[in-house]
Amino acid sequence: MARVELVNIRKSFGALKAVHGADAVFEEGSFTTLLGPSGCGKTTILRMISGLESPTSGDIFIGERRINDVPVHKRNLGLVFQNYALFPHRTIGENIAFGLKYRNISPSDMAQKVKDALDIVRLPKVQDRYPSQLSGGQQQRIALARAIVIEPDVLLLDEPLSALDANLREDMRVELKAIQDRIGVTSIFVTHDQSEALAMSDKIIVMSAGRIEQIGTPEEVYNTPATAFVAGFLGASNMLPARVLGRDASHILLETPEFGQTAVALARAAALGTNRGATLSTGDKALLMIRAEKLTLGPAGGDAPQAVVENVDYQGQLARYFLRIGETRLQAINMIDAAPFLAGQTVSLTLNPNACSALPEDTSA
Amino acid sequence: MRVWSLLKFYTVLVYAFMFAPILVVLALAFNASQFGGFPIEGLSLRWFYKLAENEAIIRAMRTSLALGALTALIATTLGVLASLALVRYQFPGKAFITTFLISPVLVPETVLAVGLLIFLRWLHMPRSFALLVIGHSIIALPFIVLVVQARLVGIRKDYEEAARSLGASPFQTFREVTLPLLLPAVFAGALFAFTISFDNITATIFWRPSGLETVPTQIFGMLRNSVSPEINALGFVMICITVGLPLLAGAVARYFSRKKI
Repeated sequence: MARVELVNIRKSFGALKAVHGADAVFEEGSFTTLLGPSGCGKTTILRMISGLESPTSGDIFIGERRINDVPVHKRNLGLVFQNYALFPHRTIGENIAFGLKYRNISPSDMAQKVKDALDIVRLPKVQDRYPSQLSGGQQQRIALARAIVIEPDVLLLDEPLSALDANLREDMRVELKAIQDRIGVTSIFVTHDQSEALAMSDKIIVMSAGRIEQIGTPEEVYNTPATAFVAGFLGASNMLPARVLGRDASHILLETPEFGQTAVALARAAALGTNRGATLSTGDKALLMIRAEKLTLGPAGGDAPQAVVENVDYQGQLARYFLRIGETRLQAINMIDAAPFLAGQTVSLTLNPNACSALPEDTSA
Repeated sequence: MRVWSLLKFYTVLVYAFMFAPILVVLALAFNASQFGGFPIEGLSLRWFYKLAENEAIIRAMRTSLALGALTALIATTLGVLASLALVRYQFPGKAFITTFLISPVLVPETVLAVGLLIFLRWLHMPRSFALLVIGHSIIALPFIVLVVQARLVGIRKDYEEAARSLGASPFQTFREVTLPLLLPAVFAGALFAFTISFDNITATIFWRPSGLETVPTQIFGMLRNSVSPEINALGFVMICITVGLPLLAGAVARYFSRKKI
């Protein structure tokens, strides 16, 4: 087990800049997710930690050791791939024992370790089968067993659940996290799936276009996104152009044409770590971010802003509403009380200022 | 309908025309008659016995087998290494080198044969058995590169990366993972190389030192005097080797793959 640190890592493939100066710390024993859309550089960072790519500049530390120039096979890392990558010409037992062969372990210890690893992933009886005789989920568990049996300093997981079908993916997610908790290995997980990231991580690193957008706990990145990108990528949210009317020690006052004045708590405006919301001052253009599930529909009338329901996406206990106020389109996700509102209906909207955040105007898009 | 049956008939004729000569050789090998020809007067193995007693043919057979085996060994080794470089690594001039390695297939064999001969003359080296091995390896190399490359492209890099992450050095990764997965193509390539060398006559005539005969040049030499029925028997043996060996290899490969997957 060890902590991993990236110091100003850059990576270019020819003219293409895949990673622009990333700094990050992966605490010992923690489970950190690199989250972002495809092509954001998350896999490139994982491959640089593993040694399968080398950074154009910057330093990578595992524990106290700078490992930029250490070849892959001397880094003592466990690597799990999206497509399992079990050796098809070897039995399950041989696959798991593969890494042990290079580690001066006696044959009897080796057999015991293979058996223990199979017990950890709850597949005790498959030792003599070949990978093609197992299902996708079983193969991925064997791939995990093969990676952890060598007692790696760091476990690197490259979209390990993406090739599995939906139901299995959720079961495996719970199991993977349970195994990681039990063996306590520092884990770095790459995914584009926000629900995986939110459910499993101690810390999430959100990336976009080769840059780190935000680093924080799942609650932090979800509730107090640092940038419009993070707000848009995690969950469904509405981003309304706003103007900063003023601020005091604890709140920032935003005005939008749709909702008038809204006071947003500074604690929420200032996303931890990057603190970009805190730089807003009176007169600036900004964005008011409202989570779709924090925008509540009610019967028409009253002082609240009135909106027209354009479309309803019925999901059983929930409904997702597509709304319009004037020319502005909004999304809301509400629990259904008795019956959902219908398309064409006029409704009143209430928003909870405590669940809103203020973001600087999006300059990246 | 009529067009189709006409086409079928024509197709049968084409195949008959192609295979008839081979069948004639196979059948006449067992003809007891002194003068090889139809009608077959009686079945006998006498020509095979005579073949086994013919010192020159035995020597030629031994030369051909050794030549084929060495060609297979050298061309396969080089072909596998070249394919690894071409598929797994990026380097300048890659497209040129690919074309260059494939070019012996494109160049007429006579030109290739004369070229190599002139080159050796320039180096003041005499024609030798070693020259034959080198020449045959050049001719066989493209086939191996094509077969092995095709297979290597299909082996995902993940396997090698997984092996490396588990602690295997690049060489150990090749030995434990890449080579076993590549084996069917390596095997097929080696067989190709062997049969290409075993069959070759054009280039061999240019390159062989005087006094050295391979089976094809031996047959060619014997034909100059007369058509001995022995040649039919020798043809039978050659067909068995060049057709039988790949079929056997295919059966072995299927047996092993069924055991595993």
